[in-house]
Amino acid sequence: MTGSPMPQPIARFLPALTGIFTAVAVLLVLELLIDADWVNAYLVPPPSAVLLSFGRMITEEHIAERFLLTAAAALGTGLLLVAVGIPLGLLLHRFPLIRRATETWVAAYASAPLVLAYPLFLVIFGRSALTIVMIGFFAGLAPVILKTLEGLTGIRPVLIDVSRSFRLSPAQHFWKVLLPAAAPTIFVGLRLGLIFALINIIGVEFLINFGGLGQLINDLAERYDLPGTYAAICFAVLVSVVFFAALERLERWYRPARSAADAEV
Amino acid sequence: MAQSSEPLLVVDDLVKEFRTPEGSLTALERIAFSVREGEFVSVIGPSGCGKSTLFNIIGGLIGGFHGQVTIAGAPVSGPHAAIGMVFQEESTFPWRTVVENVAFPLEIQGMPKAKRLARARHFIALVGLEGFEQRYPFELSGGMRQRVAIARTLAFEPKILLMDEPFGALDEQTRLLLGDKVLQIQQELKQTTLLITHSIAEAVQLSDRVVVMTYRPGRVKRIVDVDLPRPRTLDLVGSEAFGRYTAEIWNDLREETSRGMREAEARVRGAPGPR
Repeated sequence: MTGSPMPQPIARFLPALTGIFTAVAVLLVLELLIDADWVNAYLVPPPSAVLLSFGRMITEEHIAERFLLTAAAALGTGLLLVAVGIPLGLLLHRFPLIRRATETWVAAYASAPLVLAYPLFLVIFGRSALTIVMIGFFAGLAPVILKTLEGLTGIRPVLIDVSRSFRLSPAQHFWKVLLPAAAPTIFVGLRLGLIFALINIIGVEFLINFGGLGQLINDLAERYDLPGTYAAICFAVLVSVVFFAALERLERWYRPARSAADAEV
Repeated sequence: MAQSSEPLLVVDDLVKEFRTPEGSLTALERIAFSVREGEFVSVIGPSGCGKSTLFNIIGGLIGGFHGQVTIAGAPVSGPHAAIGMVFQEESTFPWRTVVENVAFPLEIQGMPKAKRLARARHFIALVGLEGFEQRYPFELSGGMRQRVAIARTLAFEPKILLMDEPFGALDEQTRLLLGDKVLQIQQELKQTTLLITHSIAEAVQLSDRVVVMTYRPGRVKRIVDVDLPRPRTLDLVGSEAFGRYTAEIWNDLREETSRGMREAEARVRGAPGPR
């Protein structure tokens, strides 16, 4: 037996509505648990208190300015990852000797806790935004290189043969065949790189007490302002949401086939 | 069909050897045949006879062979503007729509967008895919995708259309129908075509001549002239003459195919088995 089909607008927004509903339900359950003293309110502030502190964050803590500082660091890091990570992946693909010589190192470096090296970055770049960007960049670089390499290596040989048979120049071959064919995997690398970068950006802002949201989280935690701390964390999550949404839009613009494929589902 | 008596493509005394861990392997031995302008020639042979190697050599994708391949007298030493290749594997670009795929070679040539899209639409219509211009390959069937690949190669306007088992992955009925489509296109464009195939029915249905190859090393066993009337339609497939040619080519191939199977089995027996 099959049910009647769902109206189109509801079907379209159902995933987003389900997500929002789930989040609200979880927060309500948490509020009730704290109210009932099942969860210690000194460790986990009630969601309502966090919500109420948002206004205070905006008026007293200059959250917009801090949000923009962290977002600017994330944007600079993202641009560096694209500008350096993708060409390095291409270099490893183009020269098998370099690839064989360095691929294991790059893979090992991907799992290194780079944030622990922040004193070294402070010495090199000073207590400045550049330190934050560079730590974010180096933390996110390995997945971009490795996924670019994987995307290029995984291109079906027949597509290369098509390119050769149409006698494409090396530049045409790269821009019109290699890059679009490898793009799905490169975007996965950029997402991973951005995740690593954002964790490290906020972490270093927190550690060196400099910059945007990480510094604010540090300040608020030291003041034991837990609702404010969680509200600031929400803004840090918002930076991540904004960047992932932007990357998603960029991917849909570059790969309209993906949008068409998603629409099919 | 009116054909020029001058050969457009000449394969002359072609030998190709590969180095393997077991020593030198001769894939092709003294292959020689020619294709005249406007002619449809098929190369048929058992699996492992070197058909795809021959396809890649003629297309200029692999070198290191003895003998020579010439197009209108000029030797082929790499991918050639006169040759358009259609591959056995699915080769459409998944990130491009049908019209963008077909317009691809024109884009490479630097043709203005409006003009190339108009030309692409012409070739899409030619392969019977009107209405699918804005679809992506993943939205099409395997047969439709191969037609997109053929239209893309035709848009390149090659002197010689070189196809390597383009319908190899499709079922027999679809193959016959698409073969009929290829026939219509070839007759309309008077397109010189060299088809690599392992399907006897496809070879007889489409070709003016069929080059029958031996099993490894691939040699030309015989060249069969298919003297069936043109224009040909699918009705031909059930005719007595069609059956006669099919049987004739099968007689040539049967021995080679059996030899190929025997040698493959011997290789498996000789190989170390699982412990």
